Amino acid sequence: MAIDSEVLVVGGGIAGITAAIAAAREGADTRLVSHKASTLRQASGLIDALGYLPATEPAKPLREGPPTAGRNLDPDEWPDPEGPLADPFEAIDRLPEDHPYRLVGADALREGLDLFDDLVGDAYLGGHTDRNALVPTFGGSVKPTARYPASAAAGLASDDRPALIVGFRSLTEYDARTFADRLAAAGVPFDVAGAEVEFAEAFRADAKITRLAKALDRDEPIDGTPAREALAKAVGPHLHDVVDGEGGVDRVERVGFPAFLGDDHAAEVRAELGDRLGADVFEIPMGPPSLPGLRLEDLLYDALDDAGVRFETGTPAVGYEVDGGGDGGGGDGSGDRIDRLVMDRKGSEVPYGAEAIVLATGGLVGKGLDSDRDGVREPVLDLHVPQPADRYEWFVDDAFGEQPYARFGVRPDERLRPLDESGEVAYGNVRVAGAVVGGADVAREKSASGVSLATGLVAGREAAREVGQ
Amino acid sequence: MTRHTENDDDEAEGTDEPHGGCGCGGTDGTPQPNVPEIGRDERPAIFVPDDGDEARAAGSDSAGSSAANGPAEPTESAATDAPRTATDGGVESATGGSDSTELDPDAYDPIDVFPEGDLDLRDGADSCYKCTSCDTSCPVAEVDDEFPGPKFQGPEQWRLKRKGDHDIDESITSCSNCMRCDDACPSSVPLSQMHNEARGQFVEEQMEKLSVEYVRNRILANYRTSARLASVVPRLSSFAMNFGPARWAMDKVLGIPKERDFPEFATTTFREWWRDRGGAQVENPDKRVAYFHGCYSNYNTPEVGKAMVRVYEHFGYEVMVPPQKCSGTPMFANGMLKDARRHAETNVENLVEAIGDGADVIASCTSCSMSLRQEYPELFDIHGIEDVSDHTFEALEYLRIHEDLDEALAEARPEDDRSFAYHAPCHARNQGLARQAVETFRDVDGVELEDVGDSCSGISGTYGWKSEKYEKSMQIGEEMFDHMEAAEGEVGMTECPTCAMQMEHGTGYEIEHPLQLLEETVVA
Repeated sequence: MAIDSEVLVVGGGIAGITAAIAAAREGADTRLVSHKASTLRQASGLIDALGYLPATEPAKPLREGPPTAGRNLDPDEWPDPEGPLADPFEAIDRLPEDHPYRLVGADALREGLDLFDDLVGDAYLGGHTDRNALVPTFGGSVKPTARYPASAAAGLASDDRPALIVGFRSLTEYDARTFADRLAAAGVPFDVAGAEVEFAEAFRADAKITRLAKALDRDEPIDGTPAREALAKAVGPHLHDVVDGEGGVDRVERVGFPAFLGDDHAAEVRAELGDRLGADVFEIPMGPPSLPGLRLEDLLYDALDDAGVRFETGTPAVGYEVDGGGDGGGGDGSGDRIDRLVMDRKGSEVPYGAEAIVLATGGLVGKGLDSDRDGVREPVLDLHVPQPADRYEWFVDDAFGEQPYARFGVRPDERLRPLDESGEVAYGNVRVAGAVVGGADVAREKSASGVSLATGLVAGREAAREVGQ
Repeated sequence: MTRHTENDDDEAEGTDEPHGGCGCGGTDGTPQPNVPEIGRDERPAIFVPDDGDEARAAGSDSAGSSAANGPAEPTESAATDAPRTATDGGVESATGGSDSTELDPDAYDPIDVFPEGDLDLRDGADSCYKCTSCDTSCPVAEVDDEFPGPKFQGPEQWRLKRKGDHDIDESITSCSNCMRCDDACPSSVPLSQMHNEARGQFVEEQMEKLSVEYVRNRILANYRTSARLASVVPRLSSFAMNFGPARWAMDKVLGIPKERDFPEFATTTFREWWRDRGGAQVENPDKRVAYFHGCYSNYNTPEVGKAMVRVYEHFGYEVMVPPQKCSGTPMFANGMLKDARRHAETNVENLVEAIGDGADVIASCTSCSMSLRQEYPELFDIHGIEDVSDHTFEALEYLRIHEDLDEALAEARPEDDRSFAYHAPCHARNQGLARQAVETFRDVDGVELEDVGDSCSGISGTYGWKSEKYEKSMQIGEEMFDHMEAAEGEVGMTECPTCAMQMEHGTGYEIEHPLQLLEETVVA
């Protein structure tokens, strides 16, 4: 016996969840497995589609001579990426031909975003327009993004109301004054000031962000005062900190906090603070641990449940079985079929049968791609990952430069079936989605979520279509 | 690489000190394999002989200075004296070569440059890239800002201990061993293993053995002993344990919170029932399972054990009930690793025998199956322990793998409609089992199973049974209580006996085990 389902999705991030829900909506009996708790909790919670267009050709010809460590690609000879882009859809045609967006088409991105909007409801905004929103992030920069949590809405950089940014001395990864200075330096169209307030001091110096969130969730008394009230009192004296160009002081209309304003009851916490301060309250997405990421994870897993998808975490895929003997493909060019994946349940190997499989295991960071000095590979199905034989050609010296390895990954056809070395479909009933797919430099493009949504949607539908064939 | 040589010096010094931070030196100052203090007596493999000490013991050199690293001879003699680890590519470079130019890059592995602790945790510590996913998932850090979180308790504290004689931070006793950090870590750092080791070391070396806390923890950890005694006179015990003045005294003297009700003891234990019914009713050499009932199903909720037997016999399995002791879960959580090991020896011996007879091991408590599968091989080296780990399954999990439960349940329905608020125990979550009960009964007519979310119940075995942790435990549980109240069902369901206690305590609901519902729907 095996644990059977029609569609088996491997990976618990945005791509996997999107694929699973897309397949389930097509009527397929769908199961999602992931090795670990979703890494969405490490993500900002922002849903980007395409924010920048990195150059694909150097401005000048490469210099002559043998390559040394990465020096054959001089960062100075590369133009800066184009952007921030106002409209992600308009720029898709200018991406390289083998980019996932070019494979699945702009409509896939549009439908993927529509599906996302449907799943998260009013917890996210930005769906009213094709255009990118500009959301200030944790480092003091502004990120072009397609969708943003409602909690970040009042913080948009396109809004010209003066803003106060609040920070806490004990939150060492976040300095409100630096943050405000950086925003001002970035040329935002509003006056902004940063203030460090005493609130988190009531907690131990390195208390976890989740501790603060929980205290606000439960409105725990802090030295006798309920947490939300205590926080408002700490911020109150700074509401006039913003000074405009003429030296005039105005009461701010919006106040930004690091993203820790509650977990389960976040909307309630934000509303109460807003009432008490008489200003709109917004959160600034942070690095991990990320409350917006955790909240998104909760929303999406509830959506999985509602869609009737079966899911489990804690079971890594460690192998696969191909039935039928001999090669099932070859002649018709549709490749072999994987009949079962083998899951590791704390040392016991358990087969999971499926008619179609979606691999959404992530990229180099998510460990859907594995690498060492000898090569880069896809560890579950050992799919082909194109790469230069000489590893000095995997990277360039400039850490923020056009890194070839960023585009490494499995190369699929337009139906997201993985291709082998010779460009033939490797497995006819497998689809790939998300960061395991090569061709995109999501960090530079600001396209990680969009690529996951677009490829997840297509992979899920394709997998459902495979069922019963 | 001179770093090598320098660190070898450090190691030599470290072992000269009476209290080596790595715990690898014997108490009398003689070098010993890196293990025996906590359990691993069959694993000399990690031990790379400290060349300074070895050299002196062999009389081949005078001092543990860097010069001792140079000559090849003592290296070779050491190599023949001590077993070498196969997992460690750097063995040769650990003792040979004083100059980086002589290093064979294939033999070099940085694992050798630090003295190792009881367990081989170096790789795990190195895998941590500080993403803080573990801290984010920690239910204790959420309510207790004095608790520095799993990242500190795991890789950071482990690194701190490598040099000098750093004590284990006392906050390790606030870790509830829910093991959620294991499930959260994208880099597979063995966090709970690190916590177990640190806790064991703290209790062994730093905790006052006559303290009330130690005595109380020992009693809590050895629940089986108390339960066995109590079960001799179950009604009297159930009464006496929950007798008001006695509970007040227990709170004051032992730190066992008076708010909690002790579980009732069954008048007939599972094993007594098993004996009275004449053991297995089905014989089948092709389908055998050995039931690891654990303490709670035996002494407190034998109806879960009976349901297990009836369900499995319904599917044609021959059930064996081998002699067994505590799985060790409460002992790990209290750092009583020696107790745990003693019990593990009995369990492994008897379960290995059952496996030899063709059985797989089935547990109905997800913490028991967790312990046998993960903590046993992580913490102990007992002959056959890996076999036990590989052959152990949770009861419902095993049926889902080997039987067509969907078909068996297709026509089934309970006598009366049933509606449950289901909570997945943290230890079930870590085995990938958090959703199996919901899935199994999703399409069964007349059964409604609502998942109350992914929060921790807060009791974490013995954690919530300590007066100083009681409030925290209830704060952690609050989310689950809220969701249970919001759920339609008025009966709770979970696989874990202590989660069940907490669910009952927080909501007043009766709590059932999925096996009982399976018995009701499939067998009846």
